[in-house]
Amino acid sequence: MNIDMKMAWRNIWRNPRRTLLTVLAITFACVLLVFMLSFQFGSYATMINSSVRIRTGHLQIQARGYQQDPKIQLVVQDPEAVGRMLDRIPGVKAYTFRADAFALVSSAERTYGVMITGIDPGREALISTLARTVQQGRYLSDQSAGDSMPGALIGRLLARNLKVTLGDELTVLGQGRDGSVAATVLKVRGIFASGQDAMDRSTIQMPLKAFQSVFSMAGAVHEVVIMAQDLADVPAVKAAIARKLPGIPADPPLAVLDWTQLMPGLRQAIHMDLISGAVFYLILIMVVAFSILNTFLMSILERTHEFGIMMAMGAKPGRLTRLVLAESVSMTLVGILAGVVMGCLLTGYFMVHGLDLGSSSEILRQFGIPSIFYPRLTPLTATAGPAAVFVITLLAALYPALRIRKLRPVEAIGHA
Amino acid sequence: MMDFQMAWRNIWRNPRRTTVILIAVIMGVWSMIFLGALMRGIVAGMVKNGISTLTGHVQIQQRLYPDDPSVVHRIRDPQAVMKILPRVLPPGSRWTFRVRVNAVAANARHSNGVTLVGIDPESEARVSFIGRSITSGNYLKAGDNNDILMGRALAEEFGTHLGQKLILMSQDTQGQIASRAFRISGIFRAEMESTEKHFVFILRGAAQQMLKMDGAVSEVSVVLPHHEQARQVAATLQARLAGKDLTARPWQKALPLLTAYLDLYDNFVLIWFVVVFIAMGFGIVNTTLMAVFERMREFGLLKALGMRPRRIVKGILIEALLLLLCGMAAGNLLGWLSCWGLSFKGIDLSALAQGAEYAGMARVIFPSLWPRDILSANAVVLGLGLLVSLYPAIKAARFTPVEAMMHY
Repeated sequence: MNIDMKMAWRNIWRNPRRTLLTVLAITFACVLLVFMLSFQFGSYATMINSSVRIRTGHLQIQARGYQQDPKIQLVVQDPEAVGRMLDRIPGVKAYTFRADAFALVSSAERTYGVMITGIDPGREALISTLARTVQQGRYLSDQSAGDSMPGALIGRLLARNLKVTLGDELTVLGQGRDGSVAATVLKVRGIFASGQDAMDRSTIQMPLKAFQSVFSMAGAVHEVVIMAQDLADVPAVKAAIARKLPGIPADPPLAVLDWTQLMPGLRQAIHMDLISGAVFYLILIMVVAFSILNTFLMSILERTHEFGIMMAMGAKPGRLTRLVLAESVSMTLVGILAGVVMGCLLTGYFMVHGLDLGSSSEILRQFGIPSIFYPRLTPLTATAGPAAVFVITLLAALYPALRIRKLRPVEAIGHA
Repeated sequence: MMDFQMAWRNIWRNPRRTTVILIAVIMGVWSMIFLGALMRGIVAGMVKNGISTLTGHVQIQQRLYPDDPSVVHRIRDPQAVMKILPRVLPPGSRWTFRVRVNAVAANARHSNGVTLVGIDPESEARVSFIGRSITSGNYLKAGDNNDILMGRALAEEFGTHLGQKLILMSQDTQGQIASRAFRISGIFRAEMESTEKHFVFILRGAAQQMLKMDGAVSEVSVVLPHHEQARQVAATLQARLAGKDLTARPWQKALPLLTAYLDLYDNFVLIWFVVVFIAMGFGIVNTTLMAVFERMREFGLLKALGMRPRRIVKGILIEALLLLLCGMAAGNLLGWLSCWGLSFKGIDLSALAQGAEYAGMARVIFPSLWPRDILSANAVVLGLGLLVSLYPAIKAARFTPVEAMMHY
């Protein structure tokens, strides 16, 4: 440690109380930022994961244009070929096929128009968490032994609106891929409650094979839903698929979409939350900066006399500026270090024990977030906030430090 | 009075230091007022939108309709309700009767589920968004029995436009599927795309005829002069409607998610106030402490001259009070000015419209200043500010004359 650093360190402890209060202010800001950022990123991860799991998957291969205009004719003609291609791409964890059609669904008493989805039960279970939310009955299976009627899995609110329970029959009337009338009867085998009202009110699933024969799909599907090993792998997997996709003959042509394209609203909502968070944090840091600016300022004004003597003895203003900056920086660093450590400990505690957000659980439920909430501490969330604090505090320290250059030794010594 | 004069002169003995801490307080108070108003604005937008998207301040429906919005659960005798309304509702209230049921809309290309709303064009326009939302074509008027209004997003999805046919199918009161063709006579735009996709509007008479409702309606929607009256009016209505198998609900009950948002933002605002205060609290304590320690000799002297510790505490607190009051005055003014400046154009979220929709927010956010927030922000700053200043004040009062005069 060189002499300047040593001096700076001793200087800041000349007034321990003041230093402590200043350090505490910085610590407070850092703890808050580490925790809040981890909290935000944790909620994004939960929202993305649950939406991806229950609805879209990480990636989908669809006919080009299907996302904007889901017409039954826009199909993935040969899902098996796509599947064989996916089997050879390393980052792909699982994939499944789905097909959708709008149809009139009638129970004994009621009729509703809903979107029916055909799923491949075996493959779907590897991707979707919907199976876990089945409240009554059971999940769909491929072979319904000795039963000629295909099963249906429907949302809790839809079941209530249709006034059906397990074992009831539903008449489905729609239009097939070729324009023919598509009609069938389904038996309610399971009722699920995902907690997201929009989903529970409008979802009805049936086995893909039955769907394909009812809606004259000729083996085609609408979506190939893909899960990557991890959210972070999605871009790489997407690129790999995009390279190989043209190799599969398809009419209409195929396209690969990632979750941000499948749910643009979610991505933008996250953007918006980040921006508004940044505004709040920035203002908070500025308030802290002005709060502690006085400490930096006073530690110089008080020592005008002392600086005068040092200059008279030959210290260059530049060196004094460096000294004063070193004092501010070391004070800030102590605060930041303490803040990061305490912030990580606090966040770590909640990462293990969870944070119960009981009062707003109704809102969280609609976005697919459980009411016990786990923040997510990452290197980014642990450092981004403190880094911002450091930069802004440094800017605040610059103003008093630069004032030293204006000092004239004689006047300064005369300063009582 | 002399105390205040002295305190005022004392705080300006070091103008630079006082200015710095004043800026911290001003920024703090400004951010409390302004960002608080923005948060309130977000919720106010949601509430306004929720209420004008057909909910109204109070809804009257058949008892089972809220859980099961089907044609089966209808208000069979709207005349009886119509007689009660003018007698119970506060003057200036507006209301409308509607048919509202699920239906399927179809054309040659496409079909999808929608909500069929049968309206009285004149009274509806005074209650909900639809009257002022037609962007092409015309709003409905009496006699337009074959006309239908649909949202821009839905029209795009169906690849259709003005003048074309749209078929509606829905279950009638007999349990049969009724279907009828309508001519698209108007396209509307709404705050949320989901609203545009969700609702189609026809005349109430046409809907009643199609669904064989025999004069019955699905709901009555009431808009009050002041939305704070909703709960009380709903309770009064409920009492007057006893025995009719009807329910009158305020919007807080009809839109539970919004109510949850209101609570959530209540907490946000308060947490923000406290967090900002803590951030500037450190500065207030530190600055006041510095001011006190500099004047140690002075306090020692005053005490030696016989001044009571209590008066020293009082003097310092008055200094803190003046400082806080200055900061609060400027902060409030700035906050109010920022809100006023934004009240013309608001914050436009169109660039993130899908995100706003996902979060249930309006496309444009206007700050909304709540007197309650202004009061509580200032109370937090003043109350806690004086509280933390007590520490340096007591410190100053404890200096013993001898020790203090030895200083230097």
